[in-house]
Amino acid sequence: MALRMWASSTANALKLSSASRPHLHPPFSFSRCLSTVLDGLKYAESHEWVKHEGSVATIGITDHAQDHLGEVVYVELPESGRAVSKNSGFGAVESVKATSDINSPISGEIVEVNKKLTETPGLVNSSPYEDGWMIKVKPSDPSELESLLGPKEYTKFCEEEDASH
Amino acid sequence: MAVMGKAKEAGLPLMKLVKLRGMPILQQLHLEERLLRTSSDNWCLINDGTNSPAIVMGLSGKLSELVEAKPVLRDCIPIIRRFTGGGTVVVDHDTIFVTLICNKDAVPNVQPFPRSIMSWSGLLYSEVFEGLADFHLRENDYVFGDRKFGGNAQSITKNRWIHHTSFLWNYEVKNMCYLKLPAKAPQYRLTRSHMDFICRMKEYLPRSEFIERTIKALGSQFSVKSISLESIDFSSVSEYVHTTKLLTEQEIQETCTIQT
Repeated sequence: MALRMWASSTANALKLSSASRPHLHPPFSFSRCLSTVLDGLKYAESHEWVKHEGSVATIGITDHAQDHLGEVVYVELPESGRAVSKNSGFGAVESVKATSDINSPISGEIVEVNKKLTETPGLVNSSPYEDGWMIKVKPSDPSELESLLGPKEYTKFCEEEDASH
Repeated sequence: MAVMGKAKEAGLPLMKLVKLRGMPILQQLHLEERLLRTSSDNWCLINDGTNSPAIVMGLSGKLSELVEAKPVLRDCIPIIRRFTGGGTVVVDHDTIFVTLICNKDAVPNVQPFPRSIMSWSGLLYSEVFEGLADFHLRENDYVFGDRKFGGNAQSITKNRWIHHTSFLWNYEVKNMCYLKLPAKAPQYRLTRSHMDFICRMKEYLPRSEFIERTIKALGSQFSVKSISLESIDFSSVSEYVHTTKLLTEQEIQETCTIQT
């Protein structure tokens, strides 16, 4: 956590942004909650993210979530072809002594599941927004994305949640 | 029904207390999972010993790495895979189970994440054992000194969580032969064998006193209301599929073959 605080304050001091660091993809921003929140994604209050590209939406859990969960040792995901519903659980992660539900921010049909997580569940910790993606969904109602949080709203949500506990 | 605690005037959240004795552990786990998933109340279940020995693994537990299959088959010990995370335990009539199921908003200073819930539980049990023993939450275990007497596991849903503990009131040395030394162990265990790592609660306080003290500690945070198991109404709950499963003899036999 101390390293993140240094990095965050240094980035702010240098006024680093995604525009001046083109080698970083996708663009990201440091947040005062010290977890990474990416631009271009939508977020649920249950700490999942959605990346909507064309007819497919990719879903995973956020950096804030993986940090609070601890080392992920097991990921349980459904089979491709199954339906998911907004705000309903579709799988679980196990970390330390706990299983935690993963909830879908949107409704739709699962078209792909990240099989790498079976052998390497730690990808959820090391790369929550990229290699640690969990499912790809064909949304049944793209308007559901509009009710999700944007990056700034989610950052604020995390800060308020951490501050109140 | 008896209302306990000083909660009425304090406006504390209600917690329903169910005291059990000798309930089979599979039945207890099924009850817990159903209450977590289908109830909106806060619950404390206390099962004062289970009726017969069983081995209980966490959700992702690998049988071949955690259990000595040959003596398990020889002695017909059932193995259960529970819905919560965590490690493997042998339970019997000398295990006391305390389960807490809470709405996340009922404990507003606790975030619905493992470490936060574990820390809160450590404070609760510090109150239980105050003045009696050198109690600590050590990594994720309850210890007296550096010896474990309570193992914990959790499951967290969107708005609720469960934290359940198996307390080693007493144990039979021969039951330890069913468990392998786990590959992942807490750091404070060092290289100690089961016998040097765990201790018996009975050496510290009477069984009934532990249960009373636990209920009293809960009463400082909840309005604890004792109810009977029979009064729990599941009639409005549709068909529910449990994650907790009893392993088949075939599964254990296959593990025995691998291990031989």
